[in-house]
Amino acid sequence: MENNQNQYTPSDYKNKQSVRWCPGCGDHAILNVLHKAMAELQIPPEQTVVVSGIGCSSRLPYYMNTYGMHTIHGRAAAIATGVKTSRPDLTVWQISGDGDGLAIGGNHFIHAVRRNIDLNMLLFNNKIYGLTKGQYSPTTDRGTVTKSSPYGTTEDPFIPAELCFGARGTFFARSFDVALDTTKEVMVAAARHKGASVVEVLQNCMIFNNGAFAWFTDREERLNRTIHLRHGEKMLFGTDLDLGLVQDGFGLKAVKLGEDGYTIDDVLVHDAHCESNFLHQQLAMMDGHSLPIAIGVIRDVEAPSYETEVAKQVETVKAKKGFKNLRDMILKTTETWEVK
Amino acid sequence: MLKNTNVKSVEHVVIRFSGDSGDGMQLAGNIFSNVSAGEGNQISTFPDYPAEIRAPQGTLSGVSGFQVNLGHAVHTPGDEADVLVAMNPAALKTNLKFLKSTGIIICDSDTFRPADLKKAEYTTDDPIKELGIDKRRVLLVPMTELVKRTLEGSGLDQKAMLKCKNMFALGLICWLFERPVDSVLAKLKAKFAKKPEIYEANAKVIRAGWDCGHNTHSYMPTYRVETESVEPGIYTDVNGNTATAWGLIMASEKSGRPLFLGSYPITPATDILHELAKRKDLGVKACQMEDEIAGVCSAIGASYAGHLAVTSTSGPGLALKSEAIGLAVMAELPLVVIDVQRGGPSTGLPTKTEQTDLMQALYGRNGESPICVLSAVSPTDCFHMAFEAARIAIEHMTPVILLTDAFIANGSSAWRVPEESEYPEIKVPFVTDEQLAAEWKPYKRIGENFARAWAIPGTKGAMHRVGGLEKDFETSVISNDGANHALMIETRRSKVAKIANSVPDLTIAGEKDADTILVGWGGTYGHLYTAMEELNADGNENHKVALAQFRYINPMPKNAIEDLSRFKRIIVAELNTGQFADYLQMHMPGHEILRINKVEGQPFLVKEIVDGVIKHIEQK
Repeated sequence: MENNQNQYTPSDYKNKQSVRWCPGCGDHAILNVLHKAMAELQIPPEQTVVVSGIGCSSRLPYYMNTYGMHTIHGRAAAIATGVKTSRPDLTVWQISGDGDGLAIGGNHFIHAVRRNIDLNMLLFNNKIYGLTKGQYSPTTDRGTVTKSSPYGTTEDPFIPAELCFGARGTFFARSFDVALDTTKEVMVAAARHKGASVVEVLQNCMIFNNGAFAWFTDREERLNRTIHLRHGEKMLFGTDLDLGLVQDGFGLKAVKLGEDGYTIDDVLVHDAHCESNFLHQQLAMMDGHSLPIAIGVIRDVEAPSYETEVAKQVETVKAKKGFKNLRDMILKTTETWEVK
Repeated sequence: MLKNTNVKSVEHVVIRFSGDSGDGMQLAGNIFSNVSAGEGNQISTFPDYPAEIRAPQGTLSGVSGFQVNLGHAVHTPGDEADVLVAMNPAALKTNLKFLKSTGIIICDSDTFRPADLKKAEYTTDDPIKELGIDKRRVLLVPMTELVKRTLEGSGLDQKAMLKCKNMFALGLICWLFERPVDSVLAKLKAKFAKKPEIYEANAKVIRAGWDCGHNTHSYMPTYRVETESVEPGIYTDVNGNTATAWGLIMASEKSGRPLFLGSYPITPATDILHELAKRKDLGVKACQMEDEIAGVCSAIGASYAGHLAVTSTSGPGLALKSEAIGLAVMAELPLVVIDVQRGGPSTGLPTKTEQTDLMQALYGRNGESPICVLSAVSPTDCFHMAFEAARIAIEHMTPVILLTDAFIANGSSAWRVPEESEYPEIKVPFVTDEQLAAEWKPYKRIGENFARAWAIPGTKGAMHRVGGLEKDFETSVISNDGANHALMIETRRSKVAKIANSVPDLTIAGEKDADTILVGWGGTYGHLYTAMEELNADGNENHKVALAQFRYINPMPKNAIEDLSRFKRIIVAELNTGQFADYLQMHMPGHEILRINKVEGQPFLVKEIVDGVIKHIEQK
């Protein structure tokens, strides 16, 4: 085992194709981090399958030296479900954007999550359609002006975490493109979680939605506008880690330690493994205004995973019935008669 | 009074069971068919059931029927019935049209109460008279009362007692056709193995039905139906959907590729999902997905991962799957798509049969998207053609659409269970070490059939990406080059065309030297075959016909066009407005393709085909 520890380096997961995303696109960073996360996991490239739909982010499989499928719009989760159910031995990553995963593919998204199939689902959320050149997506904020909403959108967006929890998701994590370490951390955690792991990576589109996340991802703002959650650790944030989250009735509140009588003891400790998703949802819904945007692993609980249960059932029933083959089954289970 | 008291010997006889959809007519019909098959009769059955699961009891819309043809040289469930069992006045009214003018009717007279007659929309209190039926053809039996009397003291409540009424009718029919009650009881015992008290009640009622016929109606003719010698072996009764599922399992055993089904419930295809879900006991992974699209997409994922991957559906589902099937065409992945056709368009006639998805199967995708299309000609042929669909999909690395229909999917026949050795090994084009050591590319053509190699995840050194984008013929890297695109389109076209090298010739049956050939495809075979036999036996030299039934539609067998060209008159009979005729016309521009069409949600009547052929012959 010792010898194998660093058998694979990030470049083993990378292929020679030139990457064709726009210069400055957040996808470049996410791709590089994914290569690193895979190297950390040390799962052989030939045991890895990356499945995507259609959209800018869905080009990703072409830049991987693993098995991969660049499929049709919205269907990555369904196709990945087929890969994983038929071959539980493979590690399957599913890449979708906000349009691919939550608009046209919304149905497959919620059902993959509900089924808790062991997919590592990376949701690249740039709140815009890039490949079709700038229409609003199901995560675009109300009122946003885009090419298909020249006077601003008149609808509210999905919050991906809320959909995930609504579908009884067992794993949800969030990061953003420029937070390289956090992205790698959540990707590795997602891969290690047995079941459907949803990772939302907020990602800047230089061309059609530039700066959509800058107000909290810029270096000066980041520490005050976001909070990096880690299981078992106090929920602290701010430049000097002097801000904390405390329970406030049925909700959460951000407080400054030492002010209004709050001490470190009042600050909540993150429990990603808590069965109830009530507080996870509260944390995931924090929007960066009165409360910081949560990044890191927000929820990570154990539950039976679909492909394992299917395989188990097949083995149990096979062993119980003990048929040799089709003919044996027919002879033993149907009414037959012999003609001599 | 029915006069004949002797036993009638007949070549074949058609019996139609009808009643409320909750009356258990399908069960009674099934048991009777299986017992008859065990007696050495050929059987062909056709359940005709309403779209509503439980329409209001006693109404016309709630009537369910089950027709069986048994005897010698049986190819269809029969045009018209010799005997009609009608469990209530609604069933009598809706099923009378399926009865021969000389046929016999058996009715439960206890259901002729005013309320029943009103529900069945009669205007008088005498349904027999109102429908203009000759009283001498009707056997009125107070079944409800007799069943209650039989089960007195059994401890069953009234409702449970009345559920046994179908068995009374079955007993009566067994007497009429000299079927051994013991064989019926054996089958029933197996069915109710876990409910002995239900079995006992039903057994009593069957005997009561038999005794009723024997004791009180000895003036009725009983039938002795001809049996025939068939190929030795072990037989079972199988419907088309089950046979389809089993054919796929056989292909899985012969290819060594585990079977994966991604599906979504849809009438009349759902029984394929049911059967394969049960077959987890043979290692099958059958997944009910969230929708039709996910059904085919999960299958495509499983195919990439190295499984024999299948999706099963009907017309509306095929429409939903078309974009994904295009992906399988482009990614060149083996995939079997089963379309059990039903009446369309849109929701159409969900429980009725049609052949109206042919054009959709051939052309219903964006872009130049050629695909192999097959059809099965009978319930038992579904086994063989499902195997063929899988064989072609795997050996040629391509999606294949297999068209069956509600008629053969629900209909059943006796089927000889094949020995393992009767089916060939399916050669899986796995990527080889030699190919990998040389300049392997994922879309590089290997061998004569133009297929690419199948490199399954887990194979070292064969990591590759597939997808819906066009790729370069040489390098397999995505490409927008126009000339390359044209080359790839031609490559995919000829790959499908080359399948013709591995399919059997089209066989011509009947009078091979006749001027006229009757042409069909898919599930109409039995009717066309019987029509052909009748035409060739009617003594009129001009009526002589040959018959060709297509199972391989795209590509067609290599001899098809040349062999058909020899006939002066080509008549295509199909259950649509001319889809195959148009397709054939396209391939035979110098010939006029004549047509016989029907789109009523019902199979052909043999008579309709015979009349149609004669009309064409007389016109030209």
